Amino acid sequence: MRIFDPHIHMTSRTTDDYARMAAAGVLAVVEPAFWLGQPRTGPGSFTDYFDSLIGWEPYRAAQFGVVHHATIALNPKEANDPRCRPVLDLLPRYLDKDRVVAVGEIGYDSMTPEEDDAFERQLDLAVEHDLPALVHTPHRDKAGGTRRTLEVVAASGIAPERVAVDHLNEVTVGMVRDSGCWTGFSIYPETKMSPPRMVEILRRYGLERMLVNSAADWGVSDPLLTLETGRAMLAAGFTEDDVDRVLWRNPVEFYRQSGRLDLTGAGADGDQPTFAGSSIKRGGS
Amino acid sequence: MTRPERLRAALRGTPRAEWVDAALTAAAERPETIGRSFTQAGRRAGRTPLPGVPGWTADEAARALLLAALPADRAEAEIGDLYRHGDADEKRAVLKALPALAAGGALSSAAGLPLLHDAIRTNDARLLAAALGPYARHLDQAAWRQAVLKCVFMGVPLTAVDGLEERADRELAAMLAGFADERAAAGRPMPADAAALLDRLTREES
Repeated sequence: MRIFDPHIHMTSRTTDDYARMAAAGVLAVVEPAFWLGQPRTGPGSFTDYFDSLIGWEPYRAAQFGVVHHATIALNPKEANDPRCRPVLDLLPRYLDKDRVVAVGEIGYDSMTPEEDDAFERQLDLAVEHDLPALVHTPHRDKAGGTRRTLEVVAASGIAPERVAVDHLNEVTVGMVRDSGCWTGFSIYPETKMSPPRMVEILRRYGLERMLVNSAADWGVSDPLLTLETGRAMLAAGFTEDDVDRVLWRNPVEFYRQSGRLDLTGAGADGDQPTFAGSSIKRGGS
Repeated sequence: MTRPERLRAALRGTPRAEWVDAALTAAAERPETIGRSFTQAGRRAGRTPLPGVPGWTADEAARALLLAALPADRAEAEIGDLYRHGDADEKRAVLKALPALAAGGALSSAAGLPLLHDAIRTNDARLLAAALGPYARHLDQAAWRQAVLKCVFMGVPLTAVDGLEERADRELAAMLAGFADERAAAGRPMPADAAALLDRLTREES
């Protein structure tokens, strides 16, 4: 089974995770910029974070044969802090980088006017930079938030097939399918979505435009729940080709719209191609 | 031919030469365009090894030429900014371009030194190796020894270090010997190139 995790926050994970993921067939990941648990207080800590997403993290991933790309944005939660708003003006520089394959995560947290503005401006940036958009849906008032999300996406003029709306569940999947956007599901140990529920959704709605991710971060989460979902699909009678479509070809198809997806090195032994830093793997002296 | 001339000649043979030519003209006439052209060079000029110029890829060559094309009064500031805001590939291209930029007068001789220090501070083997090219002659001896030892520590082949034989000194030998002792105590091998260097330095001394 080859797996492309289209949404995972590797900055918060250890090398043990990279090793387990590579062994399980997770050969490519996209890491969306998001908040870090601790609110930031100024643009400088965002740019250091963004630099890490396009510098250190892909390098770290490559040691394990995992190909790493990023999405860059001011997340909805921190869009509400006036000290962080200047980040919006710094985004164009990052949205031009080789390994940036979408604008994201954008969308709503508490559905404030500030979030409206940041969401709209960043959808415009996606269009200007010819990038897809990765849209987070709120944890509270999810159905209302998702409905409003789809209205803002439609009004922005971005093509729906270039938008993935994420963290969906049984209640929100239908309206997003109808919109023509891609549907993303975050498989979590306790919250959001579980492998058996995911299988039911795939049965009901089909495999087209379906994205399954672990959204693993610094909270209770598991980077191998994509694999678990693949196994649950097989156990439920889906074919290996079905699993490959959902867990590999679909995310490739979505992010390939950026024109920047480069899967060279997926599955390679990180030590083989160059001297590309055995230091992390070896742990130093 | 100088290094930039060789890179330019080699790029002429690639399918994307037209983009490179246009971007170079723009960088000379409207230096503010280099922000985007420098970032996009990998996608526009390709990333394949450059025929006839070992150790250089098409994107690195295009980026080095873009830097060299900047007007003299803007070069130093732009080069610093492009490194600061670059991803790892962009940073590496700046580092590799430094010797030719200094030789061509775009940089006053040691102006790129802070970039070397930044690259050596990282744990990215590609940046560390790129920092230890000919421009590393501007590093003071203590910083240079630390950087060489960091190569050994990180498994970067010592062939990355320009002028190693001439510059390696007794103090570096002592540091390598200490490292060899630690490795022996841990039951782990010393990299062969470092062991050979230590051996040469020790023999010279006796």
